[in-house]
Amino acid sequence: MAEFFHMGGYALYVWTSFGIAAVVLLLNIVLPLQQHREVLRRAADFHELEGRTKQ
Amino acid sequence: MNSNASHVNSVAMKNPGFFTRWFHRMASPVWFYQISGKLLPWLWVLFAVLLVTGLYGGLVTAPADYQQGDSFRIIYVHVPAAWMSMFVYMVMAVSGAIALIWRMKLAEMVMVSCAPIGAGFTFIALVTGSLWGKPMWGAWWVWDARLTAELILLFLYLGVIGLYSAIEDKRMASRAVAILALVGIVNIPIIHYSVEWWNTLHQGATVTKFDKPSIHIDMLIPLLLMAGAFKVFFAISLLLRTRNELLERELPRQWVKQLVEEKDG
Amino acid sequence: MTPVRKKRLLLILALVAGVGVAATLVLQAFNQNMMFYYAPKEVKAGNAPANHDFRVGGLVVKGTVKRDPNNLDVHFDITDMTETVTVKYTGILPDLFREGQGIIARGRLLPSGVIEAAEVLAKHDENYMPPEVAASLPQKPASEAK
Repeated sequence: MAEFFHMGGYALYVWTSFGIAAVVLLLNIVLPLQQHREVLRRAADFHELEGRTKQ
Repeated sequence: MNSNASHVNSVAMKNPGFFTRWFHRMASPVWFYQISGKLLPWLWVLFAVLLVTGLYGGLVTAPADYQQGDSFRIIYVHVPAAWMSMFVYMVMAVSGAIALIWRMKLAEMVMVSCAPIGAGFTFIALVTGSLWGKPMWGAWWVWDARLTAELILLFLYLGVIGLYSAIEDKRMASRAVAILALVGIVNIPIIHYSVEWWNTLHQGATVTKFDKPSIHIDMLIPLLLMAGAFKVFFAISLLLRTRNELLERELPRQWVKQLVEEKDG
Repeated sequence: MTPVRKKRLLLILALVAGVGVAATLVLQAFNQNMMFYYAPKEVKAGNAPANHDFRVGGLVVKGTVKRDPNNLDVHFDITDMTETVTVKYTGILPDLFREGQGIIARGRLLPSGVIEAAEVLAKHDENYMPPEVAASLPQKPASEAK
């Protein structure tokens, strides 16, 4: 197991590469999901407001 | 929801011919929103399977390289990211062309949604390439044709993002961005062929050359799995972003109101 | 397709083609600058710049690597299979540096014809395989040097 993490002496380069890739990919999911919640909230606000003014 | 679907159908029915009908349905916001919502869970499953098998294959079962030892395992993020950086650009430019020719709003949204994802892939390709270059070549960065062209690709993506956010009117912005994306397309063959046209520090193509790939099969299979995982990831991220863009632009519309009400109720 | 759309399509194709032609012309004009390194053949022919640094690339000739036991000085010959030049370098070599390996050295040409390198980079090939497979292969001719 230790050998696996050691990566033949290239641990720093290999794990940093995989780590950075993971972070960038994760951001590409988390940010759109946050944006999704945000836009739905704004849509809810908008339509509720519109409904009230009509009443 | 159902009333919206029938409305979509009645619009499409006016146009005869399978392709035209399909094309018009594609352009319908509600239809796209519903279909993509159904598709996403399946894409997540596919992504998980490809990622787990690809990572296991690449990090555990693939043998170390005869020259580079374990450092070659960076290939499993570097190469899929580099391929996707070009593929996403092509999707962006083609969407741009469709947006310009047919003035299709959905194509505009796909186009602008591509840019941040493509920039991410390009960033990964550049950084992991640097982390691979340092121990193997002896340099973090060199200004050879391949590396320089890939850096230009990153700037093109950033240019698209910047231009789109700089113009207030989103339909105008989309048109400007589409032209920029189409002009930048010349960079794609330059990236791919740079290692053949000029002598570079970066080595030549391994998998995408015409004769058989010069990589051992035990190393190739995880690479293809990872490439598949990255492609599905792109599909997921693109759908998420395009759905947001769609909601954003259609916010006042009736179908969005129904959607919000359903969520609440 | 409506005539308007056809016109737009043609405009887009013209745009992409125009930019493509322009890019080709520019790249042709700067062809020499796009080259990352010179081959030993070109150095021997006197094509390499004399007054400033340039890069030279080739394969390290077997049996020519001489390390100074007291410091980090190293001498070796590189070849493009036509001509050979000697490189002198002081410093730590990249992990991939070995006999038969493609390398790129940046430095200047001394009057003696030796290249005094300030930097040595290793160029690896596009082949990936496990060591057992590599060992079982017949010695392949060095096709890397261009």
